[in-house]
Amino acid sequence: MNIPFTLPALGPIMPEILLVCMAIILMMVDLLFPRKKELLSQLVVLTAIGLIVMLFKQTPAVTFGTMFIVDSYAIFFKIICLFGLLMTTLLSGQYLKIEKISQGEYYSLMLFSMVGMMTMISAGDLIVVYLGLELMALTIYCLVGLLKNDWRANEASLKYFLMGAFSSALLLFGISLLYGMTGTTDLAGIAQYCLEADILTNPALLTGFALVLSGFCFKVGAAPFHFWTPDIYHGAPTTITSFMSVAPKAAGFAVLGRFLIMAFPESQEQWGPIIAIIALLSMAVGNIIAISQQNVKRMLAYSSIAHVGYALLGLLTGTSEGYSATMSYLYIYAFMNMGAFAIVILLCSKGNRRESLADYKGLAKSNPGAALLMLIFLFSLTGIPPTAGFIGKFYLLKAALAAGYTWTVIWAVMFSAISAYFYLRLIRYMYMEKAQQQFVTHYSPGVTAALAISAIGVIGIGIFPGTLLNWAARSLIGF
Amino acid sequence: MSLPILSLLIFFPVLGAVILLGTGKENGKKIKVMALVISLVEFVLTLPLWFAFDKTTHHMQFVERHSWISLFNIEYYLGLDGISILFVLLSTLITILCVLVSWHSIQIKIKEFFVCLLLLEGAMIGVFCALDFFLFYIFWEAMLIPMFLLIGIWGGPNRIYAATKFFLYTLVGSLLMLVGIITLYMQGGNTFDILALAEQSYPLKLQLMLFWGFFAAFAVKVPMWPVHTWLPDAHTEAPAAGSVVLAAILIKMGAYGFLRFSLPILPEATAAMIMPMIILSLIAIVYGGLICLAQTDLKRLIAYSSVSHMGFVTLGIFSLNTQSVEGGILQMINHGVITGALFLAIGMVYERTHTRLISDYGGLATRMPVLSSFFLLFTLASIGLPGTNGFIGEFLILLGSFMTRPWVALIAASGLIIGAWYMLWLYQRIFFNPVNPRWDNIRRLDRREIITFLPLVILIFWIGLFPNHMLSYMHVSVAHLLEQVTGNPAGIANGVQFGLDAATALPLSH
Repeated sequence: MNIPFTLPALGPIMPEILLVCMAIILMMVDLLFPRKKELLSQLVVLTAIGLIVMLFKQTPAVTFGTMFIVDSYAIFFKIICLFGLLMTTLLSGQYLKIEKISQGEYYSLMLFSMVGMMTMISAGDLIVVYLGLELMALTIYCLVGLLKNDWRANEASLKYFLMGAFSSALLLFGISLLYGMTGTTDLAGIAQYCLEADILTNPALLTGFALVLSGFCFKVGAAPFHFWTPDIYHGAPTTITSFMSVAPKAAGFAVLGRFLIMAFPESQEQWGPIIAIIALLSMAVGNIIAISQQNVKRMLAYSSIAHVGYALLGLLTGTSEGYSATMSYLYIYAFMNMGAFAIVILLCSKGNRRESLADYKGLAKSNPGAALLMLIFLFSLTGIPPTAGFIGKFYLLKAALAAGYTWTVIWAVMFSAISAYFYLRLIRYMYMEKAQQQFVTHYSPGVTAALAISAIGVIGIGIFPGTLLNWAARSLIGF
Repeated sequence: MSLPILSLLIFFPVLGAVILLGTGKENGKKIKVMALVISLVEFVLTLPLWFAFDKTTHHMQFVERHSWISLFNIEYYLGLDGISILFVLLSTLITILCVLVSWHSIQIKIKEFFVCLLLLEGAMIGVFCALDFFLFYIFWEAMLIPMFLLIGIWGGPNRIYAATKFFLYTLVGSLLMLVGIITLYMQGGNTFDILALAEQSYPLKLQLMLFWGFFAAFAVKVPMWPVHTWLPDAHTEAPAAGSVVLAAILIKMGAYGFLRFSLPILPEATAAMIMPMIILSLIAIVYGGLICLAQTDLKRLIAYSSVSHMGFVTLGIFSLNTQSVEGGILQMINHGVITGALFLAIGMVYERTHTRLISDYGGLATRMPVLSSFFLLFTLASIGLPGTNGFIGEFLILLGSFMTRPWVALIAASGLIIGAWYMLWLYQRIFFNPVNPRWDNIRRLDRREIITFLPLVILIFWIGLFPNHMLSYMHVSVAHLLEQVTGNPAGIANGVQFGLDAATALPLSH
C-alpha cells in the first residue's frame, strides 16, 4: 500500500523548531568556546526576546491534523513561559558563578524544557500533551539536580523524578481510559463523542477524567498533589526554582484549561465544584503551612501552592472571563514571583546562601534598595493595591463571583488574609528587626535588569492594568 | 474644570515622597524641612476648596472624571461634597502637625518616616475624594502599607505585634468589603460609580448581605465594639505622629464609609439595621468609657476613649435625622482635633519621659505649666465643656437621638459622665498630685511645640463658638443623604430648617 505523504505545515511550529536548534547550538557553543560563558546567556536572552516578538506576530493556525493548535490563547501562555525563561536567564549569570554550575547544559536543558512547555500549550491531542509534558519534566528533573555536591539537590531531583513518574503514569492511565471510552485522543473529538454517545456519567470516563485531572494538578502543584513542591523548591538551584514557579506552572494551566473546556465543556457543573475544592484546599495548605516556614524558598514554595489555588478560581468558572482572569493572574504572578526570587538570588553569596528568614533581619538597614523592592513584591503577593497582585486577585474574585461561586470567594479572601501574616513577617524582619549581619550585595547587570523589569511590571500593571487585561480578554476570542 | 485640584492634592504628597526618597539620608534636618514645606504647600493647596465650595448644592464639586480600566468600566472619578470636604482639610492640617511633632522624636530612618507620612497623606485624601468604588478601595487598602510601617518601624516596644494586628484586622474587613463591592458592581449594572449605584434599588436580602460586608470593613476601622481591640494596641505602640493620624483621620474613614456607601446605597438595609447599630454604638460608648477607668497606660486610656467617642459618632449616623447626622460628622472633626491634640501632647511628654505609665507621673503642672494648660483645654473639650467644640458635636447627637429614641440618649449621656470622670481623673494623676522628683529637670515646651498646638486650639474654640460655619458646609449634603435613606423629600426642607435652628439655638453661638 502506498500512502501519500504530505509534510504538514511547519509555519505554526516554527518557534519550537527554532528553540530546538538553538538548544543544540548552545551545546556546540559551549563545546567550542568553553571560555566564553557570558555568550551563552546572551544568546538565550536574545532567543527569548526574538521568540516573544515572533509569537506576537504569529497568526493563529492548526497543523499536524488538529494535534498542534496555535491560537491566541496558546500564544499568550507561550509568552508567559518565554518571559519566565528570559527572567531566569537574567538571574542565572551571577548565581551560576557562585554555585559553580557548568553552563552549557544548564541553558540548553532549559531551552529543551521550554520546547516541551510550548508543545504542551499548543497540544490539541492528549498524546501531544503527554509528549510535551514529559519533555518538560525530564529536563527539569535534571536541572533540579544540577548541584551535584549538594545532598538536598540530589534528594530533590530524585524525589521529583519518582513522584513525577508516578503522576505521569496516572496521567497516562487516565488518557488510556478516555481513549478506551471515546476512541480518540483528540480533545475536541472526546467532547463530540461524549455528547453523541451520551456517556458523560459513565464511571470509566469519569475515572479517566479524574486521573488526568490529578496528573495536571500534580504538574501545577495544587493540593492535595502538592507534596513534592516544598522539598524540590528548597533543594533546586534558586534560579531553577524561580523558573519552575513560573513557566511550567503556566504551561500546566494552559493545558488544564484547554483540557477542561475543549474535552469536557458540557460538564462544567460537575468539574467546577471539584476544582473549587482543589483551589480552596491549595489556598488553605499553602497559606497555613507557609506560616511555620523558616526558609525563604520553602515559604515561597508554599506561597506558590496558594497562588495556584487563586489562579484555579478563574478556571473553575469555565467562562471566558474566568479564563482571562487566570491568564492575567499567571502573567502578574510571573512578575511578582520572579521579583521575589531575584532578591533571594541577590542575597546569595559564596558559601552562604542566606536562605533562612533570619538572614533578612535588618535588611532595610544594610541594603535599603533590595529591602524596598522585596517589600513591593511581597505586598503584591499579598494582594494589596496599588500593586499588580491586587488587580490579578480582583479579576479572579470577580470572575468567580460572576459565575456564582460566592462562598468559594469568601473562603478565598479569608485564606488570602491569612497569607498576609507570613508575607508581613518577612517585611517585619527586613524593616523592624535589628540586623544580625552586615553584608554587601552585588548587583550584576542581569539581576539589576530582572529586578527593574519585575518592579516596573508590578507597579505598572498595578496602576495601568488595562493593556494586560484587554490582551488576555482578546486572546480568548475564538477560543 | 480647569485645574485638576483634587488630583493635585492626592499626588503632590506622593510626588514629594518620591523626591524625599531620592535625597541622601545623611541630612536629617534638610529632610525634615522638605517634609514640612511639602505638607505646608499641600495645606495651602486645600484652602481654595474651602472658599470655592458651593454650599447650596449637594452635587459633587471639583469633579474629575476619566476612564481608567475600560474593561471593568472603572473610572478615575473624584469629587467632593459637604460630607467629605472637611475631612480633606483636616487631613492636610493634621499632617503638618505630624511633621512638627516628629521633629525630634524620630531618630532612626528619618527619611523613610517622612516618606511614609506623605504617602499616607496622599492615600487619605484619595479615600475622601474617590467617587468610584474601586478607586476608593485602592486608596483604602494602599493606606495600610505606610501605616503598617509607621507603627512597626518607629513604634514602641510591642510595635511589631500591634502593627501586624492592625494590618490583619483591617485586611480581613476590607477583603469582605471587596467581595461586597464586586457583588454590588454586578447587581448595579456593571459600574463602580458610587452616585449611580446609589440611584438604584436592590432586593432587601442582597442589601443586608452587602450591608454586613461593608460593615466588616467600616466597623473595624471606626472601630465599633466588638472589633475594636486592634485600636488600643495600635494607638499605644504607634509613634506620636502615627497615633495622631490614626485618631484624627484613619478611624474617621470607617464612619465616612457608612455615610458614603452603606446609607445611600443600601437604604432599606440601613433602616432594618438601625437597632443593632445603635446598640453596638451604646455598648461602645459605655463599655469604652468604663474600660478607660481601669487603664494604667496613658495612651491606652486615650485609645479606649476614642472607642467611646466614636460610639457617639456611629450613634449619630444611625439615628438618621438631620441633627444627629450633622452632629456625627461634626463630632468626627471634633474628635480628630481633640484626640489628635491629646496624642500630640502625650507624644511631647513621652519624648521627654519615655514612660507611658500614669503612675510614673504626678505634679507635672508645676514643671510644665504651658503644657498643662493646653492639656487641660483638650481634656475639657474632650468631655464636652460648653464653649469647646466637643460640646457642640455631642449635644447635636444627643438632641437628634433624643428626638427619635429618648432612652438611647439617656444611656449615651451616661457616657459623657463617665468621660468626665476618667479624663479629669487622668488630668489629676498626671498634672496634680505630689510632684514626682524624677521630672524635676524636665524640659519645658519650646516654640515649635507651642506652634503645633495653636491651630488645634483655634479650631476647638472656633467650632465651639461658631459651629454654624462648619455646619453650613454640610446642611445640603446631609439633607440629600437623608432623602436617599428615608426616601422622603418632603422632610428635607424641614430637616434643614431644624438643623439650622438647632445650631443657632445653641447657647454660646453668635
